[in-house]
Amino acid sequence: MRNFLIWAVVAVALIILPNLVSFSQQEVLVFLTINILVVASYRLLTLTGEWSLGHVVIMGVGAYASALVTKELGLWVPLGILVGGASAAFIAFLLSYPLFRMKGFYFLIGSFAAGEIIRLMWKRFRDPFGGAKGIKGIDPMPDFSIGIYQFDFFEPVSYFYFSAVVVALCLWILWRIEKSPVGLTFHAVHWQDKLAQASGVNLRSYRTLAFVIASGFAGIAGALLAHYIGTINPNSFDVEVMVFVLTWAIVGGTGTFYGPILGCIVLTILNEIVLRELGLEQTRPLIYGLILILSILFMPNGLESIVQKFTRRKEAK
Amino acid sequence: MTSLLEVQNLTMRFGGLTAVDGLNFKVEKGHIHGLIGPNGAGKTTTFNMISGFYTPSDGKVLLNGEEISGLPMHHVANRGIVRTFQHSTLFGELSVLDNALVGTHMTFRPNIFAAILGLDGAARRNALDRARSSLEFFGLGGLENELAGDLSHGHQRALGMAVAYASRPDLILLDEPFTGMNPEETRQMMELMRRLCAEGTTILLVEHDMQAIMGLCDNITCMSFGKFLAEGGPSEIRNHPDVIEAYLGGARHVA
Repeated sequence: MRNFLIWAVVAVALIILPNLVSFSQQEVLVFLTINILVVASYRLLTLTGEWSLGHVVIMGVGAYASALVTKELGLWVPLGILVGGASAAFIAFLLSYPLFRMKGFYFLIGSFAAGEIIRLMWKRFRDPFGGAKGIKGIDPMPDFSIGIYQFDFFEPVSYFYFSAVVVALCLWILWRIEKSPVGLTFHAVHWQDKLAQASGVNLRSYRTLAFVIASGFAGIAGALLAHYIGTINPNSFDVEVMVFVLTWAIVGGTGTFYGPILGCIVLTILNEIVLRELGLEQTRPLIYGLILILSILFMPNGLESIVQKFTRRKEAK
Repeated sequence: MTSLLEVQNLTMRFGGLTAVDGLNFKVEKGHIHGLIGPNGAGKTTTFNMISGFYTPSDGKVLLNGEEISGLPMHHVANRGIVRTFQHSTLFGELSVLDNALVGTHMTFRPNIFAAILGLDGAARRNALDRARSSLEFFGLGGLENELAGDLSHGHQRALGMAVAYASRPDLILLDEPFTGMNPEETRQMMELMRRLCAEGTTILLVEHDMQAIMGLCDNITCMSFGKFLAEGGPSEIRNHPDVIEAYLGGARHVA
């Protein structure tokens, strides 16, 4: 009951929130919701102990796939978003064969190389990927009405509501996976892969499972992004964006489900409000780098460790 | 009748070094079988080959007459052979209960779709019961919420065995279970192993603690420099001239 109340309050707050901020901040809210899904799906992969540098490119696979099936084949956009997720998962499944011959640092580098290959293929093949200029005029979500509210997807508020629902559903699934025996097995694969294997865990298939699920949700995030901004190009998914995702995850901390999400929210607020006010948004990579170094030095367990400190103290009382 | 485990002409070469050379022995069902030998005799290498960690260069491992050598470790585990590791290899960052739950992986295969939809309630409850009973069996019942890494050495060892036992294997391979234990802990651990054996689990262990080995094992295989040396009951091994020579050195080696 108490939990239900908390979630009801959160839902109401999320409904009101976009009406309190400026138009450009409403757009930021949309990007924030999508980024939360990217970083939360990234955490599922890190549960198995593997860090990828290809996650943003995989997200791009979802964006390109959804953009192409809706534009070229005329598929209904919500279905296109699902196709985007499925394609990203499928590409990840194919990549898992070469990539999971490696682990740790080698996997990191391998995933970067695989991501760059995909990105260069988008650049190289004008048909169907549009080359370096990418795809323009991607179909927007069709407007619809649910009686009390008219969704008009030229308004960021409407798209925020839509993406918030989709992302909330995805987060719920990710949460269920993490708290299930499957999630426990991911942890086991991370901390002692040999002992896990001796207990009968097929390491390769569990690493692949985590990679495929994480990629599928990243693909959905990419598709959400594509249908919002209406244009994508290979540079929307380059390594600079990946560095932001890594920064969110590391600054937030990857020990808990909410850690990376917290990192994403806090850094986005910092970026969009503080830096923009100061007129420093051009120096974002510089400042993100500084924050990354400072948080590794002084907050090795991320922002979540601060939250845990407070919640633990409350339990102790 | 075929033995539970049979090792035929098992050989492992690392480059020019032959770590295990043409080893043969059998483990009978329901026995506690010891594998001993001086340092570097190839005991752990033999273990690694039986459990699927290494693929033997030559020879076979048969479980109930079926060849299992060369299978990856999780396939060997699924056939009913579960191993523990030297030192306290555990999921140190997970709770004691979660450690045991990982051990139930083979019996209660996690299914991701059932987990998302919440249809695996029965399997989760059964896995939890199984994990708790394994912890109870090894006297860890009151510690289930502790982090495995925070346990004392003796408890960590017991937990390692509880994780293995949670899958109810036919054969448990124990790699030096008594290392670093004081006599009291050793005695308790021996008692646990006898109870484990009485429950119908066959045990194959590598150990240096002769007191434990002699007091526990039905059958002992001794190896030296990768080769089979002697086999028999504790009293035979204790008085076997080749074994004494391997451990203490024969008169002819003394310059």
